[in-house]
Amino acid sequence: MENTLDHGEASFYLMGERAAIVHSMPPATLSCQRRIWWLADVLRTRQRYLDIVPGMNNLTVVFDPLGCDGDALLAELAGLWQQADSAVLEPRRVEIPVHYGGDAGPDLAEVSRHSGLSEDEVIATHSGTDYVVFFLGFQPGFAYMGGLPEQLATPRRAEPRLSVPAGSVGIGGSQTGIYPAASPGGWQLIGRSDTPLFDPQRAQPSLLLPGDSVRFVPQGAHHA
Amino acid sequence: MLEILRPGVQTTVQDLGRHGLRHLGIAQSGALDAPALRLGNRLLGNTDDCAALEIVLGPVEIRFHRDGWLALTGADFSATLDGQPLWCGWRWPYRSGQCLRLNGTRHGMRAYLAVDGGIDVPQVLGARATDLKAGFGGHHGRALQAGDQLPQGSAANLARRLGAGHPAWTPAIRALPGPEYHEFSAAAQAALWSQPWTVSSHSNRMGYRLQGPELAREHGGELLSHGVLPGVVQVPPNGQPIVLLADAQTTGGYPRIACVIEADLWKLAQARPGSELQFLACDAATARAALRQQQAELKRLDWSMQYGH
Repeated sequence: MENTLDHGEASFYLMGERAAIVHSMPPATLSCQRRIWWLADVLRTRQRYLDIVPGMNNLTVVFDPLGCDGDALLAELAGLWQQADSAVLEPRRVEIPVHYGGDAGPDLAEVSRHSGLSEDEVIATHSGTDYVVFFLGFQPGFAYMGGLPEQLATPRRAEPRLSVPAGSVGIGGSQTGIYPAASPGGWQLIGRSDTPLFDPQRAQPSLLLPGDSVRFVPQGAHHA
Repeated sequence: MLEILRPGVQTTVQDLGRHGLRHLGIAQSGALDAPALRLGNRLLGNTDDCAALEIVLGPVEIRFHRDGWLALTGADFSATLDGQPLWCGWRWPYRSGQCLRLNGTRHGMRAYLAVDGGIDVPQVLGARATDLKAGFGGHHGRALQAGDQLPQGSAANLARRLGAGHPAWTPAIRALPGPEYHEFSAAAQAALWSQPWTVSSHSNRMGYRLQGPELAREHGGELLSHGVLPGVVQVPPNGQPIVLLADAQTTGGYPRIACVIEADLWKLAQARPGSELQFLACDAATARAALRQQQAELKRLDWSMQYGH
């Protein structure tokens, strides 16, 4: 399509009259996501853009179409992408206490059945792993995390729940995450946390931010 | 202070929405017909960031508890103030104790009631707009109910009634081809621009679902989650497009066949379920010119208010 710059592993294009996108070819990797975070940080310091939104190995930059030239922005993005080293910033470590199983995690048995692990092994595996927040989306403060051990990957529920309680910890395909607020959802729920993930009255409303390293900490005995 | 006597189908406090927070998963929210909100605020001498009421269908009744001025914009809801008809697109004085009634409409979907000083609910994350999904902003993060009382900003010192022209609604929605446009079949590309699209009853502030010929995607695999904006036209696997609006989530994964230009998003806000829309292909220069024209119309109104006729 027009207005596309191609740089082998990444492409740069406009979406509508007021967004520019950096898009890296799949499969998604953490090293590419680090370049996305670096690029987002650099663009934020330039204070010319309305929104800078990391996705999974892509970045959407929203601009004022009457104050900013989209093609010039694409060239700027392509130039920065070449410089983007995946400099590893020291990640913030966030621990999230979780009550696994029972009413808090009604799908723990399903994940156990699907993985062939016992429920205790599912909990030990899920809480024994460091996860990385790739980006936020879906709902305020919802973190898309990478790093779920392959054996825990479980397909989404055939029938999504009409309401998933706030704080629910779930597995959807090869991803894991927490619902900051009650919402409909199709993930397999294995536990729940009381930690507030999103508070619009806080200066930094989201507990989790891209680049964070997250660890789930089991609370008390679970009641399967 | 304003008192809600009858709330109607969905009346919410809205301003121009939240910006710069999409990376936290925070939706834009704000008036779906932003030009109508801007017009109402300008008529009253309010700043552009003042909040007003977005009213979906009627009937709605509101009582005023101080003297002041109001402006009605957007869809014409055959409004009356203590039984006296009020024209849409004009500002009117009201007195404490008077009751405003918005009866409803045969054309359009959303009316905007702006008041002098604006609806003075607290700002949350930089805006007064209601985020219905996340439950914050506006009046306690929800649609208004009978008995709700809303604070108002300072009264304006205005002298005469005043009206302004509204743009006429047409079913023509201008759009640019989206990032995955070329992955759709030739038949789908042609159908997008040539076929009428019916607004589904499952349309809301998050998005308008359209019904028409199935849009088949021929190439391209599953997409990784990416940022989306109001105006993006997604095509889920059922082939029926969804135009995202102000309350849409910040990221998505469906292919984007088109992007409705910002200057035409208000037309979706005023399209009723069952009505037909037509997409018109345009380019970014046309999209910018349309935005400039909207700004110029507001400027012209400012001048005419400042210097008389």
